[in-house]
Amino acid sequence: MANLEVKTMAEFAAEGKEPEILYWVGCAGSYDARAQKISKAFVKLLNKAGVSFAVLGNEESCCGDPARRAGNEFVFQMLALQNIELLNGYNIKKIVTACPHGYNTLKNEYSELGGNFEVVHHTQFIEELIAAGRLDISNFSESIKVTYHDSCYLGRINGEYKAPRNILNSVHIGITEMDRSAENGFCCGAGGAQMFKEEEKGEKRVNEERAKEAIDTGAKIIAANCPFCITMLEDGLKAYEKEDEIKVLDIAEILIRNETIEDK
Amino acid sequence: MIQQLIFTIVTLATIFLSYRAYSFIIKNIKYGRDYELVKDKPARWKTMILVALGQGKMFKYFLPALFHLFIYVAFIFTQIELIEILVDGFFGKHRIFAAPLGGFYTFIISLIELLSVLAFIATIIFLSRRNIIKVKRFHKPEMKGWPFTDANLILLGEILLITGIFLANSSDLVLQTRLPEHFHHTGQFAVSTYLAKYIFNNFNTGTLLVLERIGWWLHLSVVYGFILYLTISKHLHLIFAFPNTFFTPLTPRGKMENMPIIMNEVKSMMGLTEEAMDMGEMSEEIPEFGAQDIMGLKWKNILDAYTCTECGRCTDNCPANITGKILSPRKIVMMVRDRAEEVGRKIRSKDSKYIREELRGENVNLTPENFNDGKSLFDYISDEEIFACTTCNACVEQCPVLINPLDIILQMRRYRILTDSAGPSDWMPMFTSLENSGSVWQMQEERDAWFKD
Repeated sequence: MANLEVKTMAEFAAEGKEPEILYWVGCAGSYDARAQKISKAFVKLLNKAGVSFAVLGNEESCCGDPARRAGNEFVFQMLALQNIELLNGYNIKKIVTACPHGYNTLKNEYSELGGNFEVVHHTQFIEELIAAGRLDISNFSESIKVTYHDSCYLGRINGEYKAPRNILNSVHIGITEMDRSAENGFCCGAGGAQMFKEEEKGEKRVNEERAKEAIDTGAKIIAANCPFCITMLEDGLKAYEKEDEIKVLDIAEILIRNETIEDK
Repeated sequence: MIQQLIFTIVTLATIFLSYRAYSFIIKNIKYGRDYELVKDKPARWKTMILVALGQGKMFKYFLPALFHLFIYVAFIFTQIELIEILVDGFFGKHRIFAAPLGGFYTFIISLIELLSVLAFIATIIFLSRRNIIKVKRFHKPEMKGWPFTDANLILLGEILLITGIFLANSSDLVLQTRLPEHFHHTGQFAVSTYLAKYIFNNFNTGTLLVLERIGWWLHLSVVYGFILYLTISKHLHLIFAFPNTFFTPLTPRGKMENMPIIMNEVKSMMGLTEEAMDMGEMSEEIPEFGAQDIMGLKWKNILDAYTCTECGRCTDNCPANITGKILSPRKIVMMVRDRAEEVGRKIRSKDSKYIREELRGENVNLTPENFNDGKSLFDYISDEEIFACTTCNACVEQCPVLINPLDIILQMRRYRILTDSAGPSDWMPMFTSLENSGSVWQMQEERDAWFKD
């Protein structure tokens, strides 16, 4: 990916400069092969919009969400305090992340531990970029039927239902909503550290229940905003052998599907 | 005179018994731990007015909300008539407000009657939803037995109350024409005027005198019975919805409660604090983290449990429950109430066998601090339940009275993981990896490899 321009915070600091935003990549965005594509798509958008941003690179640690929600406060505190030290050391003011779990933890839980930042989800930031005219999407067109999956941590937990929908609408994608959406949205099954363990005994998996609902809309793209939801939904589609027919894409990925976005 | 005497005795007995029962409940709630409340009275009043008084969250589902509103409004207005019943009862009067209020009295009673008709219809609908249509969420495992009976008893109580109102009013209207010296003119009430004309008019005066008294006493005894019955019923929500919405946390929904003890320990480990932690404070015994019993929960969690009306909207929207897992947020909340009742009962018994063994002694009294009956919340709620939760907050979103089942689950998880060092084995490699490499997965490659290749 030679065409991606990514600089670390350490590099900025060495040059004595400050980026406009810090892009918090998170564990999934850094390590998970599927989620790396989302990171790259988002970086592409940032590059196109000419946003000066930095990542922490190898200095970044997990935000601590899975540890805290699994009940391991000790590990959470270790991770969070380490991250806060680092972020404060770099004098970070504004953080953008493509992971709603990192978003929630950094936004709502770090302040009590001494980390006070403006934290924005990447869909909110993209919406800002479009509104400010920094990201030109006027030539974008998408004729495939799309449904939108609210992640719990962006939607119900932080009340952001609009930004992702506004982006889809502003590129003239009509959304076919699932029966359970917005504040009644149905979980993908990954939250609360479920991603990292086998599900308890039941009739079916949570992600299969949700995938079925998405399939029933007839949409060929499931738009999402969370790397964990995306993994879960893709696995869910496999249970119905729909993985070739229906794509699960992050909002950022949808925007770079069409290469007519003009370079700034 | 005899009626006055019975009335006074019954009223005093109700006051005494309900004082006792409610103070037990408040004590049980206070066994929960203290925690820091965000101080913002205006915001709290606003929430209470919108959610409890205004039924704001009920209207997520329009029809049930509408029928519930009928019963709720009828219930509130009926209490106006109760004031008169109390005054009449104590002073041996009959419809003391009729003469001074005149036409307004007729209006109020008519309004109550119209609302009672609506409430009656709603009650029938609710009874059939439970017993004939058998709405699925009313028949989940945790609803077997008492909770199911409880719901029906309450609805039958409503019907009795409404029956009492119409018996008394209709008989009264006919008696006004036959014995005007005892039954003062009240004007014609909206509904009972027809009941009087077509039914009660056919009865002889003796029967009517008895029916009027039956109606009056029925109304009174159902209300008194209710007050006492609420303390063992899911119907307590009609009082507790108010404090429960008032005390609902004002912090962001996604923020889990911080654990300062652990934070400070980690800070001192990382050399982030000036002074070293005073380890002496902690060396006495291994501290308990999270909640294994109601004393480890916040008092608000127990207030939540007493407020729960067992409607099951939480469970109905829980992804774990929908996909067949045994986790049911409603059950979690119901079990906290059951356990709080058990702990409260045992502490009130003052029986020294409930004192933790090593603390027993001649002058040692049973207190919540030394209490140990060999049981805990984990006898009511299993690991399989608490670890199936995805923390999606659907249960929190759904609850019409702002109960947070998730908060209980997360505190119990903390206990299992931090105090017992137990929990799902799948999580152990995750914890190790997070601790050692700061990544949720054990990875070979560097964190920045995704943009370096």
